[in-house]
Amino acid sequence: MVLFLTKTLRTSTGLSSRYLPWVFGFFFFPGLETFSQLVHEDDYGSFLVNETEINDFPRFAHRGILLDTSRHYLPLKSILTNLDAMAFNKFNVLHWHIVDDQSFPYQSVYFPELSDKGAYSCNHIYTPTDVRLVIEYARLRGIRVIPEFDTPGHTQSWGKGQKDLLTPCYSGERPTGSFGPVNPILNTTYDFMTKFFKEISSVFPDAYIHLGGDEVNFDCWKSNPEVKEFMKKQGFGTDYAKLESYYIQKILDIVFSYNKEYMVWQEVFDNKVQLKPDTVVQVWMENNYAHELSSVTGAGFTAILAAPWYLDYISYGQDWKKYYSVEPLNFPGTEKQKKLLIGGEACLWGEFVDATNLTPRLWPRASAVGERLWSSRNVTNLQDAYKRLTSHRCRMLRLLVNYC
Amino acid sequence: MCGFLAGLETFSQLVGRDENGMYYINNTEIVDFPRFPHRGLLLDTSRHYLPLRAILETLDVMAYNKFNVFHWHIVDDPSFPYESLTFPELSKQGAFHAMTHIYTASDVQTVIEYARLRGIRVVAEFDTPGHTLSWGPGAPGLLTPCYLGKDPSGTYGPINPILNSTYQFVTSLFQEVSAVFPDFFLHLGGDEVDFTCWKSNPNIRAFMKEMGFGEDYKKLESFYIQRLLDIISSLGKGYIVWQEVFDNAVKVRPDTIIHVWKENPTPYTEEMANVTKAGYRALLSAPWYLNRISYGQDWMAAYQVEPLKFEGSSEQKARVIGGEACMWGEYVDVTNLAPRLWPRAGAVAERLWSNATVRDLQDAYTRLADFRCKLLGRGVQAQPLFVGYCENEFGGF
Repeated sequence: MVLFLTKTLRTSTGLSSRYLPWVFGFFFFPGLETFSQLVHEDDYGSFLVNETEINDFPRFAHRGILLDTSRHYLPLKSILTNLDAMAFNKFNVLHWHIVDDQSFPYQSVYFPELSDKGAYSCNHIYTPTDVRLVIEYARLRGIRVIPEFDTPGHTQSWGKGQKDLLTPCYSGERPTGSFGPVNPILNTTYDFMTKFFKEISSVFPDAYIHLGGDEVNFDCWKSNPEVKEFMKKQGFGTDYAKLESYYIQKILDIVFSYNKEYMVWQEVFDNKVQLKPDTVVQVWMENNYAHELSSVTGAGFTAILAAPWYLDYISYGQDWKKYYSVEPLNFPGTEKQKKLLIGGEACLWGEFVDATNLTPRLWPRASAVGERLWSSRNVTNLQDAYKRLTSHRCRMLRLLVNYC
Repeated sequence: MCGFLAGLETFSQLVGRDENGMYYINNTEIVDFPRFPHRGLLLDTSRHYLPLRAILETLDVMAYNKFNVFHWHIVDDPSFPYESLTFPELSKQGAFHAMTHIYTASDVQTVIEYARLRGIRVVAEFDTPGHTLSWGPGAPGLLTPCYLGKDPSGTYGPINPILNSTYQFVTSLFQEVSAVFPDFFLHLGGDEVDFTCWKSNPNIRAFMKEMGFGEDYKKLESFYIQRLLDIISSLGKGYIVWQEVFDNAVKVRPDTIIHVWKENPTPYTEEMANVTKAGYRALLSAPWYLNRISYGQDWMAAYQVEPLKFEGSSEQKARVIGGEACMWGEYVDVTNLAPRLWPRAGAVAERLWSNATVRDLQDAYTRLADFRCKLLGRGVQAQPLFVGYCENEFGGF
């Protein structure tokens, strides 16, 4: 039995030069994956592969899954099983939304207090070994791990282990005792971030770090007299988006100094923060996301699409169909703009998800997104997709679910 | 005996653990009793086959939640997993896989006994005349052949109500079912009968004329159901039926239990009023279709249902004997059954057990979240209610 494997490599332009070597390195694995899925069983139980010529290549270079390990801690096993499933579906990026308001499970070497005080418990942390294991397990499956350390919002859990990092909120003249986003006016904040991101940059080998920047609530900043004072001094008036910009700018510069590129949520772009040209903007707000894609790519930035693919938004019935029916390039724009959309991510936010329901909630629904990001634009027939997805699901059962 | 079991369950849930890992229990006096006598859970083993261990685990968790009726919707259109002694072809031809996706007589006995030991009744549902496509292959001539003009189209519809062979078959099958399932009640279904196929069949149309039913196919449906109910009665069983049987004015015995499941066109509260006003006992499921998932904490909506919130006298309200949480199987199998059922079904369980005054959502959240962690500790893949964690997960306390 001779098998011919012809692989055509195609990458979209507009990628940073750092992006390409990783992409190239991961082309072998999808080929093996395709091969493994051609195997079928005959009536006598023998496994067969028909002589086949494989001509297969991804449409988009960035095909990601977002996992949230802050709203609920996910044990290593869960993450690793998911990486297997991702590989099976030709996803090549794990967007690890590792910390957030609710808990800080990432055990930092420089700042051990962050997880000591910020994790749900000492059983709910990722040690440096754990993190290395995830990165290596992913690498062996052709999957990049892009960590997200979301600031300045979504940081409540950071404040537990790092005093004075968060902005104290005020009611009139008095502090209320509660805290808001990261405090953008203190030098100590940037000293901390400089050291912290030094660690992150060395722990995570990918060229990109996701810096978050979404949903920054300005109320607490507005209430704080020192922040108000700072706004005046800087001439920002009452435009707190300028203060947010000021902060983000400095973080971007810090991260860039460690030779890393960055991804940010769309607010960072929307609020007119000055971004380096290689910044990847992640479009997540569902309202009129096509318009946002136009704006982002129109301004010359690379974009990835998540908005229609929030898989945590469950509903009754075959919702995979609506994920499958998304056409990422359906937005007003030139050819050049369209090339700047390098892919997308299926997001499984963790408010209602943990190891007890992650696998059935994510798969095979995410497979619909997987095909949309891999296959050609004209592969859209729902009936045909249904047939293939159901048998793919059975294959996944054999691979993933080891219930006895 | 069941009271004793429920008491033991309450006791077991009072056990706590201190900082040193010691198990303890406070000196406690327990006064506890259920509000409604019928507290049920429906599982559907036709849309997807559920392996025995999934059913047995569900029975365990039902016991933890003080559910006491397992409504086994065992067969339906997609598959017939019930292995009948009298009609072995039914599962041979009608199961998804005749060897691996069936319940043997032994399996069925296992379920019944496992349930009994946990204070749970097993009420089997063999839904007819609709929802019977899988019966066709193993029982040729049972289903109505549909017609396209003058010729049979090759497809089939509900059970054929005009043939004597139908009633012979039904008698034999239910003779077996009545003997296999010891509970006094059988659920006979009777929901969603699509009349299109009957209307297309010339023999049926002729029968309609003969019987003077005109164009009212509800009368034909009644004709079938009536005879079915008589057969079941003669076998010494009582019956539960879906609400359509009542809505379509079928003559049923006074001790029939009507199962209210529809939310429209008649709001279920109105249906409950109508059913109980007519003197029948009622079971509520309409607001408790747990298969209808949605984003967020939907357990709250289930919890806030008040089964007796309808216009009616106290005699009427006394006829509401309880309700059932339903987990229909279109999108559910063993890969997602436990997280989808638990702890959401717990909200229904409390509504059916506890006093009507126990309604505070915040308090319920605290207790349900803690109960969910206990379920995890017992090895049940109960999903989270909201953000947070359990002490005992991942090797902790």
